[in-house]
Amino acid sequence: MKTHRIEIARKANQADPAGASVRAQIAQDLDINVEAVRIIDVYTIHAALSEEELTVICEQVFSNPITHDCALNRSLAKDYSCLVEIGFLPGVTDTVGRSALSAVEDALGRSFSEAEGVYKSTLYALSCVDYETTVHITTALLANDLIEQYSIQSAEEMRSRDGQSLLALPIVKETAGPLMEEVSLDLSDEALKALSRDRMLALELEEMRVIHDYYEQAEVRDARAKAGLPASPTDIELEILAQTWSEHCKHKIFNAVIDYEDGTEKYRITSLFKTYIQGVTDAVSKRVPWLVNVFEDNAGIIRFDEDHVFALKAETHNSPSALDPYGGAMTGIVGVNRDILGAGLGFQCILNTDVLCVASPFYAGEIPPRLMHPRRILRGALRGAQEGGNHSGVPNVNGALVFHEHFFGKPLVFCGTGGLSPAIVGGRPVWEKAARPGDFIIMTGGRIGKDGIHGATFSSEALHEGSPATAVQIGDPITQKNMGDFLLEARDLGFYSCITDNGAGGLSSSIGEMALKPGGADVHIDRAPLKYDGLAPWEIFVSEAQERMTLAVPPEHVDAFLDLARRRDVEATVLGTFTDSGQLRCYYDDQLIAALDMDFLHDGLPRMYLEASLDTTTELPQIMPAPDQNDLSADLAAVLGSLNVCSKENFVRMMDQEVQGQSVLKQFQGPGHDGPGNAGVIKPLADSKRGIAVACGICPKYAELDAYAMTACAVDEAVRNLVAVGAAIGTIAGLDNFCWPDPVQSETTPDGRHKLAQLVRSCEALYDVCLAYDIPLISGKDSMKNDYRMGDTKISIPPTLLFTAAAILEDVDKVVSMEVKDAGHIVYVLGETYDEMGGSEYLALHGMTGSCPPRVNPLSARKLYERLHQAIMEGLVKSCHDVSDGGLAAALAESAFSGGYGMTVTLSPLGVENGIIALFSESQSRFVVTVAAEDAAAFEAAMKRSACYRVGETSPEPVLRISCGDDRYIDAELSVLRDAWKKTLDW
Amino acid sequence: MTINVVVLTGFGINADEETQRAFNRVGAQASRIHLNDLLADPSLLDRAHILAIPGGFSFGDAAGPGKILANRLRFKLEKALQDFVGRGKLAIGISNGFQVMLRLGMLPFFDGSFQQTCTLSQNDSARFENRWVHLRRPENTRCLWLHEVESLDLPLRCEHGKFIPQDESVLKRLFDQGQVALQYASSGDEDGAGVASGNPIGSTEAIAGICDPSGRLFGLMPRPEAYQDRVNHPEWTGLHLPEEGAGLQIFRNAVEFARREL
Repeated sequence: MKTHRIEIARKANQADPAGASVRAQIAQDLDINVEAVRIIDVYTIHAALSEEELTVICEQVFSNPITHDCALNRSLAKDYSCLVEIGFLPGVTDTVGRSALSAVEDALGRSFSEAEGVYKSTLYALSCVDYETTVHITTALLANDLIEQYSIQSAEEMRSRDGQSLLALPIVKETAGPLMEEVSLDLSDEALKALSRDRMLALELEEMRVIHDYYEQAEVRDARAKAGLPASPTDIELEILAQTWSEHCKHKIFNAVIDYEDGTEKYRITSLFKTYIQGVTDAVSKRVPWLVNVFEDNAGIIRFDEDHVFALKAETHNSPSALDPYGGAMTGIVGVNRDILGAGLGFQCILNTDVLCVASPFYAGEIPPRLMHPRRILRGALRGAQEGGNHSGVPNVNGALVFHEHFFGKPLVFCGTGGLSPAIVGGRPVWEKAARPGDFIIMTGGRIGKDGIHGATFSSEALHEGSPATAVQIGDPITQKNMGDFLLEARDLGFYSCITDNGAGGLSSSIGEMALKPGGADVHIDRAPLKYDGLAPWEIFVSEAQERMTLAVPPEHVDAFLDLARRRDVEATVLGTFTDSGQLRCYYDDQLIAALDMDFLHDGLPRMYLEASLDTTTELPQIMPAPDQNDLSADLAAVLGSLNVCSKENFVRMMDQEVQGQSVLKQFQGPGHDGPGNAGVIKPLADSKRGIAVACGICPKYAELDAYAMTACAVDEAVRNLVAVGAAIGTIAGLDNFCWPDPVQSETTPDGRHKLAQLVRSCEALYDVCLAYDIPLISGKDSMKNDYRMGDTKISIPPTLLFTAAAILEDVDKVVSMEVKDAGHIVYVLGETYDEMGGSEYLALHGMTGSCPPRVNPLSARKLYERLHQAIMEGLVKSCHDVSDGGLAAALAESAFSGGYGMTVTLSPLGVENGIIALFSESQSRFVVTVAAEDAAAFEAAMKRSACYRVGETSPEPVLRISCGDDRYIDAELSVLRDAWKKTLDW
Repeated sequence: MTINVVVLTGFGINADEETQRAFNRVGAQASRIHLNDLLADPSLLDRAHILAIPGGFSFGDAAGPGKILANRLRFKLEKALQDFVGRGKLAIGISNGFQVMLRLGMLPFFDGSFQQTCTLSQNDSARFENRWVHLRRPENTRCLWLHEVESLDLPLRCEHGKFIPQDESVLKRLFDQGQVALQYASSGDEDGAGVASGNPIGSTEAIAGICDPSGRLFGLMPRPEAYQDRVNHPEWTGLHLPEEGAGLQIFRNAVEFARREL
């Protein structure tokens, strides 16, 4: 079979924006000037084709004669000094290649055989750059050798190779291992630990012993002998247990028994999850009548209106994103979409959120091995989130970019999705699902490869060249979209009784979980469709290959279900049946290779015991910069330009924010469409004014000062963002996503007890604030091992809680945007300002941390929020902006320049003596509000008994003037402030 | 009379629901039809008055945006489409759907033949961009979809939206025959003063949409289906806008025309 190469390049008279963009990135990121970069798309076709067929393919499929040239087995690269070709490694998802293959099949009117294929690669033609520099550009910017192969050629070398493929065909060649292995656990403790490590089981010694003891039981031994299974566990059984018992799936730390002490207090917590997270939801549930299903499903479900329910979930995808930010972020977003698609009987995804935490993109030091420059992480993760969300047709409505130096060790990628469904689908409540004995187990969507094997028990073993990239994956949102469209059709027809996604742990987790209710399952692993041969049964069962859902389909609907799948070009395969045998049984070619008691699988995991001890010995000094001038305008401009405050508009514009046509408040607002919004709002039904507001809060910069404060601030930030647009207390639901450095004491984590104590404090804050605000936590997730360790270097992320909050709005017509609307409006500051400079952007600007972070007083804040809500409902509020990073000065500036009106403000009414504190303290629960002069009295009456300070007026003159009690002041043109805010990340 | 609309869906098309909703809100009976169902039963087109190819990422933009979808329609449905157009029926292609119509040659449909003479190319920024634009209808346009719509604001959401004609003569013909339907414009002093003014993606002659010589077939890059309600406009909280979003009139024009003429 021959290999043909088709190159597609812009015509010489056409600009090459993509090439120009790469050239600009090379200049920006690497400080290298390349004269020109031209990008050529390459499709390598490995197939038996006639000359005629090749012509048809070139003309029908790949030619775009108006703008592009297309060449067969001949290179279009011209006038270059070096060529770089980059393609995928074997086994990595090549979505473009796969779609191109179907296009070729369309044009030829015939199907390709299994051995034939189409593969996409990209050729970069670089001008005026030497070979060594090209190698540097390739490795530092263009290619990621964990998922891609590349070839670099000089112009001389290319003379003899013109039109030839530079890369090996990315075809996986794997030889199958044994069908099953028997693994003896009659080993010493050391040997058991080594076994867990070598097989990447991530099981603790005690857990290994519990497994050993299970197999020693007489009844287990007898049953296994009878079934023809070895006495010791088979490899697939161990893998199933390891997946099911992984920290990722079982949240061992959140369910551990913890003895806590902090020098003054000592107590025992039997489960952080039950005590605090479920605890607050239980307490609040009596006061909020709209909870439908929490904690049990893939996402939390609440009522939207009488006829509809709303599901919400957020996930993290940190480890994969550290290795391949593009694929990691993309699989993050399409992965959490599947959680929504698999919540209840399936919800339609209607909104996404993206929160990304990275180190400064302007970092100029050395990069330790295996880490990427934060700028590369940022670009890659944004591109992944963009493609994942845009191609799936789900609008991005809210998000954040958070910068902190300790995210250098590991970036955090949070992906959230909300879904809507009619309350009743196919005659049943959408939130009720259960597989029944006799239901068929069906897998739909993509095929299984070695992708993501051991993703749930992630390892940092170096990948060897040429092997399939198993730890990192690229998503295929189009395959998933196709599957999602099909599943919603099947749902409405009532074709299935249960559905869940294949995420961590793959089929072993999805089937294992679904088998709980019927009480067992028989799975025929050999029937699962594979991307390529050579996978051992256990690999098939735990593979985390993307874009797959598992369903329970009653026998009477199987034919109709499979027929609909065929008509929608969605692969669907019957893998077995759910049973009530009490066992999860796996077969390969009808041979039994695994049989595990459901009880042991799900309840056999011993509970972890941990100690937590808060280290309170390091008191940080209370410090305060004392600038020698009273004019702080330049400081304000610098704060506005700081990474955590500055505009992220360029990145957000790359996300489709309006697909599905439901947008009400966008991320950027005001007449220039550039004012930073507080919360995203959508109106999901055409014939209803009801809306959904979504916001997030995340404050890792306060964590080292006080994990309790960090958490309280995150919750408050999300809530006040919602309140700012018009949401009411009592309508808000929350999601908690904890990302922590390893909090288990060990040789490599000598401060584990302190980190665990921080987690306890964080959970306590979450409980306290949510209780005060009547926020049930409807779903959440934790990621507990966010450290980088290589030799003596250890970088741990700051303890981080992302709080995502959503509120149902009764009438979107009443929502308020953040920008000043007119001159002559009265400016108010709501909430108290304290000396809480710790962790503030202002101190960071002066290289300081400070000691006292902001603290939340949820009882007074709640009253303020309720009164503000009332004022908004009465139409008294023209604009409302929450005060967060950068303090009051930043919030006033943003409100002013986003509306295009100046402000003259005096902060002396706040009663804060030091102007620096008045301007830049980041005290919580505050707002900047503008009110029309004629409504001022009514507004003040509505806010009576809450902290409400009338501080000034808006003006037509585009200048921000703020005077403080101590003669410090700001006097700056809006355009200067706006430019400072916009230029930092203006890539 | 019931006006039936086929809204194409499947394989990564993602603005089908709001496109269907837009037609239904102006009194049509719109159905979302999966590409496979339409290919299996082309007679579905016979019963329709209007065909809509919505925006999205059909087939993931592989081999070029809209390419695979256009090919599939051409290989398997060309005759049915020619009949459909030949009977004076209406069609709209939005964003990716516009690209599909250009690749099929359903637009600009010079001399009544399916010939590709224009394309949509990557934005000058080389990025997907979601921003609102101000649009104006050239005075001489024949596009019936734009009846009584002189100018409007709509969101643009694409990476490949830069309109490029094959050559100068095609461009001249488009203008001379009233086939340029919409152009990106500066918003001047009207309401909606903050929308991206001018030509943010570098389109030739700021062209945002074109129609066939009869004005019945219409393709455009911006998204009328995403502006059905006042609250969709990015500045609605600061402006006094009518309750109905300006995008709906485009769909109403077509439905009313079909009711009158078909």
